[in-house]
Amino acid sequence: MVDLSVKIGDLSLRNPVMTASGTFGYGTEFEDFVNFSRMGGIIVKGTTIRHREGNAYPRLAEVPSGMLNAVGLQNKGVDYFCENIYPTVKNYDTNVIVNVSGASIEDYVATAEKINDLEGIPAIELNISCPNVKQGGMAFGTSCSAAAEVVKAVRKAYNKTLIVKLSPNVTDIAEIARAVEAEGADSVSLINTIMGMAINAETRKPVLSTVTGGLSGPCVKPVALRMVWQVSKAVNIPIVGLGGIMNATDAIEFFLAGATAIEIGTANFIDPSVTMKVVDGIEDYLKRHNYESIKQIIGKLEL
Amino acid sequence: MSKKYQLDGTVIKNEWVTSTYFKMTLSFETLPEIKAGQFAELRIDETPTVFLRRPISIHDVRPENKEMDLLIQKVGDGTAWLSTRKEDDKVNVIFPLGNGFDTDVAENKPVLLVGGGVGIAPLLHLGRVLSSEGRKVHFLLGFRKEADILPLNAYKEVGEVFITTEDGSVGDKGFVTNHSLWKNADYARIFSCGPTPMMKALSTVAREKNIDCEVSLENKMACGVGACLCCVTQTHEGHKCVCTDGPVFNINELPW
Ligand SMILES: Cc1cc2nc3c(=O)[nH]c(=O)nc-3n(C[C@H](O)[C@H](O)[C@H](O)COP(=O)(O)OP(=O)(O)OC[C@H]3O[C@@H](n4cnc5c(N)ncnc54)[C@H](O)[C@@H]3O)c2cc1C
Ligand SMILES: Cc1cc2nc3c(=O)[nH]c(=O)nc-3n(C[C@H](O)[C@H](O)[C@H](O)COP(=O)(O)O)c2cc1C
Ligand code: FES
Repeated sequence: MVDLSVKIGDLSLRNPVMTASGTFGYGTEFEDFVNFSRMGGIIVKGTTIRHREGNAYPRLAEVPSGMLNAVGLQNKGVDYFCENIYPTVKNYDTNVIVNVSGASIEDYVATAEKINDLEGIPAIELNISCPNVKQGGMAFGTSCSAAAEVVKAVRKAYNKTLIVKLSPNVTDIAEIARAVEAEGADSVSLINTIMGMAINAETRKPVLSTVTGGLSGPCVKPVALRMVWQVSKAVNIPIVGLGGIMNATDAIEFFLAGATAIEIGTANFIDPSVTMKVVDGIEDYLKRHNYESIKQIIGKLEL
Repeated sequence: MSKKYQLDGTVIKNEWVTSTYFKMTLSFETLPEIKAGQFAELRIDETPTVFLRRPISIHDVRPENKEMDLLIQKVGDGTAWLSTRKEDDKVNVIFPLGNGFDTDVAENKPVLLVGGGVGIAPLLHLGRVLSSEGRKVHFLLGFRKEADILPLNAYKEVGEVFITTEDGSVGDKGFVTNHSLWKNADYARIFSCGPTPMMKALSTVAREKNIDCEVSLENKMACGVGACLCCVTQTHEGHKCVCTDGPVFNINELPW
């Protein structure tokens, strides 16, 4: 038996495999394909203080080895989550983590406070990196002072595990990671989507209603790995790595680069049971290399 | 919501039916129950330009053989790859997805199934279901020109078939909404799948004639299971997912 368990702040994960926000709904959508009790956690959709309609259709552009999305944080708001979704997801036999988004510090704090009251939610992932909403979102994640300010305010209001999700759309991601660590973040997760764009040459129009959107899928993996590696050298808190993970080998690469846990996003669209295969594959890898614990490979890139 | 499966289907037959349309028959170890109007998401392999699955309507089902047929128009690299699948090849499928048509029709009048181009695909299974429930089925199918007309024998077994072509080479000339059958149209419900402009024009006619009308939309999809929120359409109740709240909507739900 190999030990797959890891800890992120006070949060214990039975294995390091979670699903990425916005790609796995509230879990229910994938119930027929996975076994929640074999997952480290589910990070649910981006949740905001009020209902958001999101951006206009088209919100999706396919690109080689990936996709651009411009969903724009469509969700029914935190009160709807607490009343209508929490009663179901709290019974899942896995960690359910809420991804919290906002357009102002007050919104982030108010949303985090409401989630803090939910006994069955052991952690939040603070999304300061959504490229698809005009005000806020990514604006907080692209400046050290703004990132520090929002994390400081949320830290006061939220006393469980606080993961801060970083934007790759910055010059120096390690600097932002250090800034949020200093304000009490228990962990950082990275990367959110990379700002991109698609054009239809025939119509001379952008493919997405918002012109630009967020790039995800295997095409972003090299960028994500590089950033996890840089951040792992800059901070002491555990890192949750994601971006383009399609299989167990991809996941192992993130552990070697310094991630303590990983999230799987876009891959769920191609194979809705991919998380189960990644868990099995990580276990096989560890056995094959005679490791007893996943912890033995975290950050163990050989230079 | 019906239980969803991810299964490898075995290609039993894959044949061109016109120069751009092909019919693929897949067989499964177990075939789940499929409602008319539901669809499948097919994985495309070995094609660097294609990353996402492709949504395709379920055209016909034969539960006794655990087989289903797909009617596919080759438009790009994904459908091109599907067209090259040979007998015994496997295709990975997630299905059945979506809500399907509401075949529970109270009034004892005939029903009208209106299709344009590849939109006629889900109407065959739908016609079979409705006619097995003892309902009289009329198909009204629109094509550009004679060469585009798809094989219609199976449709003719199920109901009466009316055709329009834009150039008038076969059937009535013009669009489906120009057909002479509208003069004394008296139907319990209209069901439709086809290009959006066709369905919008149809919904205007249905409203004028006060006939209940359902349309099946074909938005771009990523997950197909209601998780990514990429496939939304605007409704009177805000954005709804075409993959789970649809693909079939009553026109009263849409701001058309
Ligand atoms: C619920 C649903 C059911 C469908 N049922 C069928 C079916 O039974 N048979 C069938 O042949 N097709 C069906 N489609 C459309 C089919 O999914 C697309 O034609 C296919 O994804 C194109 O893939 P491709 O890689 O060949 O082409 P791509 O390279 O993706 O596209 C080629 C061209 O087709 C256009 N296109 C792609 N997808 C769509 C779409 N969803 N609607 C309109 N235009 C599109 C693109 O804009 C582009 O111009 C359905 C779509 C949906 C959403
Ligand atoms: C359709 C879609 C919706 C997303 N929504 C959110 C969101 O609400 N909040 C968030 O923090 N990240 C969101 N993301 C970003 C993912 O969680 C993830 O960071 C990104 O896709 C990179 O990982 P991947 O390549 O494995 O998908 C979304 C991504 C996609 C594709
Ligand atoms: S395709 Fe993902 S929600 Fe419809």
